[in-house]
Amino acid sequence: MAQVMMKDLNKKYDEVHAVKDVNLHIRDKEFVVLVGPSGCGKSTTLRMVAGLEEITSGEITIGDRIVNDLPPKDRDIAMVFQNYALYPHMTVYDNMAFGLKMRKFPKPEIQKRVQDAAEILGIQELLKRKPRQLSGGQRQRVAVGRAIVRHPQVFLFDEPLSNLDAKLRVQMRVELKRLHDRLETTAVYVTHDQVEAMTLGDRVVVMKDGWIQQVGEPLDLYSRPANKFVAGFIGSPAMNFIDVSLTDAGGLWAEGQGLRVKVAPAHATRLSAYKGQKVTLGLRPEDLRVASGGDPAEYTIDAVVDVVEPLGSEILLDLRAGQTTLVARVEPAVRAKVHETIKLALVPDRARFFDTKTELAI
Amino acid sequence: MVIEKRWKTWVFFYIPLTVFMVGTLFPFYWMLITAVRPDAELYRSWRAATNTPFWTLQPTLEHFRDLMAKTTFPRWLWNTFFIAVASTLISLFCGLLAGYALARLRFPLAGTLGTSIFVTYLVPPTLLFIPLADIIRNFQLGNTPWALILTYPTFLIPFCTWLLMGYFKTIPKELEECARIDGATRFGAMTRIIFPIAVPGILSAGIFAFTLSWNEFIYALVFLSSPERKTVPVGVVSELIRGDIYFWGQLMAGALLGSIPVALVYSFFVEYYVTGLTGSVKG
Repeated sequence: MAQVMMKDLNKKYDEVHAVKDVNLHIRDKEFVVLVGPSGCGKSTTLRMVAGLEEITSGEITIGDRIVNDLPPKDRDIAMVFQNYALYPHMTVYDNMAFGLKMRKFPKPEIQKRVQDAAEILGIQELLKRKPRQLSGGQRQRVAVGRAIVRHPQVFLFDEPLSNLDAKLRVQMRVELKRLHDRLETTAVYVTHDQVEAMTLGDRVVVMKDGWIQQVGEPLDLYSRPANKFVAGFIGSPAMNFIDVSLTDAGGLWAEGQGLRVKVAPAHATRLSAYKGQKVTLGLRPEDLRVASGGDPAEYTIDAVVDVVEPLGSEILLDLRAGQTTLVARVEPAVRAKVHETIKLALVPDRARFFDTKTELAI
Repeated sequence: MVIEKRWKTWVFFYIPLTVFMVGTLFPFYWMLITAVRPDAELYRSWRAATNTPFWTLQPTLEHFRDLMAKTTFPRWLWNTFFIAVASTLISLFCGLLAGYALARLRFPLAGTLGTSIFVTYLVPPTLLFIPLADIIRNFQLGNTPWALILTYPTFLIPFCTWLLMGYFKTIPKELEECARIDGATRFGAMTRIIFPIAVPGILSAGIFAFTLSWNEFIYALVFLSSPERKTVPVGVVSELIRGDIYFWGQLMAGALLGSIPVALVYSFFVEYYVTGLTGSVKG
């Protein structure tokens, strides 16, 4: 059990500056997920914590030790890799026991720990097999088992579920979460999948181009994104962005790309400084619904249905409105036809505004 | 599957295959038949009524007995074996470490070094033996097995390095990283995880190195002079042709015995050998 601290962490390869001034405090027993598009530096950050990459500058602390110059084996961590990295020439038992053997644990202790871990993961009957005789899900379990037998201070996961099929991924996701609740070990988890990030993380760190964009609890990131990137990255389908300018005509109005909606009074004071300037309006698909007669006209948009995607529990409507396209997530009862013009009502309080230049949330 | 017309399979598969098989195997057959043919048949005129060039009715082991008893052939066999094994071991050891370093470690000029090792392999031995002869003389190694044990690695090490480097690159580096996190040092991860997985690669490098040194001719011809020091390929042609007389029976018996160890080594490891060259590691 230990906290992990990263202070002004930087990683430069020859030309690429992969990780830039990362400051992060991962608390004891916390499950933190690093998420971002490929090449955002999340894996590099994790590998620096593991000791697999040299640190260009900055400091990493695990527990109360600065580990900058410690080799991976002395950091008391365990890591699960995307391709499982099981030793192909060893049985499952030997794979799981390897770390303990290297640390010269007595044989009975090794046996006990491997048995315990196998039991937790439901792989007792696989112990004598070789990795190539296992399915993808089983291999992933063994890889997790190999990590937990050592009772390390920190678990590191590098996209562990990416090689599994969709159904298995959901199942393993739940198991990992249950495992974490049971073992109460600090965990750092890297993924490019925002759903994984949101469901697993106590806190989520969104990264892009080597910079941390935002750190926060999953729902916080969703409802209060710090900038346009986070707003667009978290949530599926992604947030709709519309470039508008703010005009004053009996209250503040957002106007642009053929659309005109009123700014909710709750946002008006914050936005008054941007009067006459360009901003980006962000609308989540679920904050758009088909308008009924009672909706005030200043919060509705006329749109033409382009594509209807019925998902069962909901319907996604791809729409053309003015010169832009929107996605709306509506009730499954809605009957919309392609090319039909409908009125969309938006939830004015939930609209987000971003500075068009800096992309920061206003 | 579309079933091809039968004549197509014959024209494009069976017939070329047969031609190829006959072309490859006939010399061996000729070697075998000549080795067991009695002298009376060997030196008979081609036009003789009793001539049967493709088989013999009185096979004999006489040539083998003569070869073993009356020539230094057993000695050559031992020399060849000793030299091939020693130079293979040296080359494998260096090739393993160099191949691993080139495949895995990041250091300045790694790429250039890799290429230059490869280029040294391309220098033909027919040119290289001239400067090497000078070196051998300076170190007074001429006419000793060491002249060959130390010169064969000049072409074996580049070869082993490149083959093994290619093989190491097919092994996911996460395996090693995982071992290092699990508590192994870099060297420990290399010896406990990477080398056992690379066994097919190491074996095929070893087989190749062994065969190359076993069959090597030019260095052996140049650096060794006394008959009892020679290797099989050189001994057979230099000692079994006396003056202008070809002792065909002994020659072929010697050639046959000389090629058996190599054939054995190949057939024994053929499966490893194929995976070693094609490189297939499943995690």
